[in-house]
Amino acid sequence: MRIPLSWLREFAAVPADATAEDVMAELVKVGFEEEAVHRPTDTLQGPVVVGQVLSLVKEPQTNGKTINWCQVRVVPEGQEQTLTGDGIDPSGVQGIICGAHNFVEGDKVVVTLPGAVLPGDFRISARKTYGHLSAGMIASVRELGIGDDHDGILVLSRIGLDPEIGTDAMELLGLYDQAAEINVTPDRGYAFSIRGVAREYAHATGTAFTDPATKVNAPAELSGGYGVKLNDDAPIYGKPGCDRFVARTVRGADATKPTPQWMVSRLRLAGIRSISLPVDISNYVMLELGQPTHCYDLDTLSGDIVVRRAAAGEKITTLDGKERTLDAEDLLITDDSGAIGIAGVMGGAATEVSDSTSNILVEAAHFDDVSIGRSRRRHKLPSEASKRFERGVDWQVAGIAAQRVVDLLVELAGGTADEAGTDVGTAPETVTIELPAGFAAARIGIDFTEDQIVTSLEDLGAAVVKNDAGWTVTPPSWRSDLETKEDLTEEIARLVGYDKIPATLPVAPPGRGLTRVQQQRRRLIQALADAGLTEVLSYPFVSKAANDTFGTADEGASRSAVKLANPISEEQGYLRTSILPGLIEVAKRNHSRGFRDLALFESGLVFLPGETMGTASIPPLGARPADEVLDGLYDGVPDQPFHVAAVLTGHDSPAAAAHTPRVWDWSDALDVARLAGDVLGVDLVVSQGSHQAFHPGRTAKLALRTGEVVGYAGELHPKLLAAADMPARSVALELNADALFEAAPDVIVARHISTFPVATQDVALVVPADVPADEVLAALREGAGELLEDVALFDVYAGKGIEEGKKSLAFGLRFRAADRTLTADEASAAREGAVALAAERFGAVQR
Amino acid sequence: MTETLPGGAIPNPTDEAAINAAVDQAITAIAGAATLDELKAVRLAHSGEKSPLSLANREIGRLPKDQKALAGKLMGASRGRVNKALADRTAVLEAENDARILVEETVDVTAAPRRRRAGARHPLSTLQDRVADIFVGMGWEIAEGPEVESEWFNFDALNFKPDHPAREMQDTFFVEPPEAHLLMRTHTSPVQVRSMLEREVPIYVLCAGKVFRTDELDATHTPVFHQFEGLAIDKGLSMADLLGTLEHFTRQMFGEEAKVRLRPNYFPFTEPSAELDIFHPGAKGGPRWIEWGGCGMVNPNVLRAAGIDPDVYSGFAFGMGIERALMFRNEVGDMREMIEGDVRFSEQFGMEI
Repeated sequence: MRIPLSWLREFAAVPADATAEDVMAELVKVGFEEEAVHRPTDTLQGPVVVGQVLSLVKEPQTNGKTINWCQVRVVPEGQEQTLTGDGIDPSGVQGIICGAHNFVEGDKVVVTLPGAVLPGDFRISARKTYGHLSAGMIASVRELGIGDDHDGILVLSRIGLDPEIGTDAMELLGLYDQAAEINVTPDRGYAFSIRGVAREYAHATGTAFTDPATKVNAPAELSGGYGVKLNDDAPIYGKPGCDRFVARTVRGADATKPTPQWMVSRLRLAGIRSISLPVDISNYVMLELGQPTHCYDLDTLSGDIVVRRAAAGEKITTLDGKERTLDAEDLLITDDSGAIGIAGVMGGAATEVSDSTSNILVEAAHFDDVSIGRSRRRHKLPSEASKRFERGVDWQVAGIAAQRVVDLLVELAGGTADEAGTDVGTAPETVTIELPAGFAAARIGIDFTEDQIVTSLEDLGAAVVKNDAGWTVTPPSWRSDLETKEDLTEEIARLVGYDKIPATLPVAPPGRGLTRVQQQRRRLIQALADAGLTEVLSYPFVSKAANDTFGTADEGASRSAVKLANPISEEQGYLRTSILPGLIEVAKRNHSRGFRDLALFESGLVFLPGETMGTASIPPLGARPADEVLDGLYDGVPDQPFHVAAVLTGHDSPAAAAHTPRVWDWSDALDVARLAGDVLGVDLVVSQGSHQAFHPGRTAKLALRTGEVVGYAGELHPKLLAAADMPARSVALELNADALFEAAPDVIVARHISTFPVATQDVALVVPADVPADEVLAALREGAGELLEDVALFDVYAGKGIEEGKKSLAFGLRFRAADRTLTADEASAAREGAVALAAERFGAVQR
Repeated sequence: MTETLPGGAIPNPTDEAAINAAVDQAITAIAGAATLDELKAVRLAHSGEKSPLSLANREIGRLPKDQKALAGKLMGASRGRVNKALADRTAVLEAENDARILVEETVDVTAAPRRRRAGARHPLSTLQDRVADIFVGMGWEIAEGPEVESEWFNFDALNFKPDHPAREMQDTFFVEPPEAHLLMRTHTSPVQVRSMLEREVPIYVLCAGKVFRTDELDATHTPVFHQFEGLAIDKGLSMADLLGTLEHFTRQMFGEEAKVRLRPNYFPFTEPSAELDIFHPGAKGGPRWIEWGGCGMVNPNVLRAAGIDPDVYSGFAFGMGIERALMFRNEVGDMREMIEGDVRFSEQFGMEI
């Protein structure tokens, strides 16, 4: 909301020298955030004066243009030029070159004299051009920064002005005024008016306030006016769409009269363009009182006005010239011809006031906030009117606003008002709130005095009656947001001042600290960072193709994924089922910025919709839903496990003198995955895997001991890397970290640490090439029995000396007994047992 | 196998002068040895099997009995002197040698390669942990919730009326199909409702996490950002308790000089509501007030939605942006740097914040 200071001063005690900043500094105390300052003099400085064109000589130029060489009087004849400076002619007549042609000799115009500065830091000075010394400029509204009009220069008679030559044009055009722009929260509809903000300014400063509504002399009752019927047969939430409709008539008005400059200037500062006198008056009254009004050309109306819901498919052409198809829920203003306006949103084109209008019907109605909001959303028609109705308009002010419009039309457009008028509808029930004594004090922590409570509420406009338990409070008609004792408590605290609230620190009961999973999550992230990986973030928005590739191992299977109804980009309209697509994008970005050696990881939720998606309905607010309803809500939310993923590309370390970096390979991805398992105490079972996003021969499937697959690690598929413009041989891994957390042991059972000597034996086994080393190792472990402390694969060999299709695996076995020193025979026997089982399972032959 | 020796004949082991001369000669030679190799030759010549002193020593056996003791004493002392001189000289030469080798082994430590890659945390993640730790230290617990959420938890349970403009102002991502009433949470507040439903009062919980709004990415907006949100439900909680909690937290976070200021505002889920400014003593460009979030006393309708009696319990809640904290605390100037994943961004923080 933009508040011109001159307007605010009419109703609030704003010091004459106060700036927009000063006003905002006061309003922020009562809850209106500062948004901006609108002050023409920030970019426009004089001298800018009224001049009269004495002579105008058209001079054709060689470039085809014709320019005007003008003599412009800027000081009344017979008076002396009091201004001095470069380019100011002491004679009071300036020679000025002007390229526009929409004015003639004798016209009064706005002259920016040498020394003036125009918006855009355009400094006016006398300069030689087209063979003359042009000392100033004849200005257009655009050059003055007060309009977008391209129609050439501003001829003052055309906006109804005939000022004396030499008058300060900035004063004339209201350019010394300024506006404070504040943010109005959606609960405070009343503050979308000068009336509301002036009241709040008075609250903030403790100064006097004059209610603009009381300055209007509206009749207590109206009758005999234009016929209006309120026929809402489908109220929303049981509330009628229109519960008051005031109609007033002004006859014989001249709609073509120019709007006075004081009004144009205030509208402009408030952000509203001047259109025509009747429309400007309607807007002016809306800004002043908060009540939207509408002017109809009375002669275009036929029959009674009926406010009703639309018939589905009914059509209307709105003021903006667009034909709109209506919904059965839209509230309409209609006459015998059909729809003439979408109530509270936008009027119809057929009945709007025009230059030829002389008889005007003024509407000031009160519409239901929900109904207006829905129509506005449905037709995407945000308007100044709908903004106010949606946030609540004072039911009582309709008649006053209508009167104010009538008064201004009579005064400025020269009409006469009918004595008869229409006022139909039913006032909403008065809300009263019980405010128990002590409630506000307990809720805020300030020991409010009775006077503070009563005065604050009365200042708001509320009626306060003391009773045994506290007070009965009737909020003012413009504060439909005040419904509960908590609402009143906020108002009391706000007016007394939030800065008066003391600070006390409540002590929470003894807590449990971080949960196990929270600790595991931190450990996992820290371990990966400690291992040299860099944590990054990416967006969860991905394409369907990315989900189909990364979200499921099987080629061709499509991944069910959560689709957004209104994504930022349609291309990435789904939520990720894997972290890798986003992470690969991040890797690419780094790569393109010159970082070739990368080890990146990200952790976060992935979104895996199941059978049920959401709920067909949701319970109402303000009450705890039944258990089964809550269960439905819980179950409808898709599964969102916490995943961790990493992408490695390039080398493991920067190249350096005396150091050869190692190229990351598939085994590094597996190693990082295993590290993740290790730090959580979870043994990952590795097997040859197959995943469409990975190299078919270089992928490890990672599972828990239970067989549950928790992820994949390995080299990314070469085709995928090529298509993604990623370096070949980049590797990656992804794990369902939640599954790891769950599999982590609760209690670690300690083993006895034997201090008897170790006996080591090596064994080389020849097995078929396709036998996984890990399985041979498992057989050795099993076959060796209890004496085996550890076994490790230390060499894989195929080639000369080994039969085609076979490979040799060399293992180191370490034996130790808990209770004695092993003999060489005992160790050998255990080794034989190990080899025997490997032989049995895989036909392993000892080399 | 008697060979000639320096000076010719084998000295008589009883001839003290001759023996002393041989010893002096040996000691002079030892002192003259410049390297361990030279000393080795000297050792052979003067204490080896064929050295005069060794040969003289061997002669003792042939002496008459009465001379043996005297000769033995003389020879023992003499050979001892030579051996000591050898040992001393060896030690000196070895020390010299060691020192020389170590000097020769000198490297340029400034040319050392970095073999280990230093990893890094994302500062948003580190900062979330830091915030959580402060509240855990106050006895609060950390609560969590899903990012795709039921509309009821995100709006209705938080007293957003179905047609209220406040609901629209949240710029919500909705999930297909819209009839399923699922959305991406627009704030961490649905976790408040989940916490109240799942826990027994009193409740003191903090929730940090991602939230989503349909904003295009630019220097100050991002469709995905992070918040943390606190909720306390207990008997008799007041706005003063809210202010005290916020003051304690901001002092832990920004130092003892930090302060909190509340300004009236509106949120559907709190009444009264306040905008929260903090006075940051370490802000770039000097200490100043910075808008950081919203807070207020939990609206009774929110308590009712969770089955908590608002006549018995009251509560407060607050929510702040983590990106914003990173901007004013760590002087990150552009939101895009936080989300693009450029390794330089995370790496400048390392494990710290």
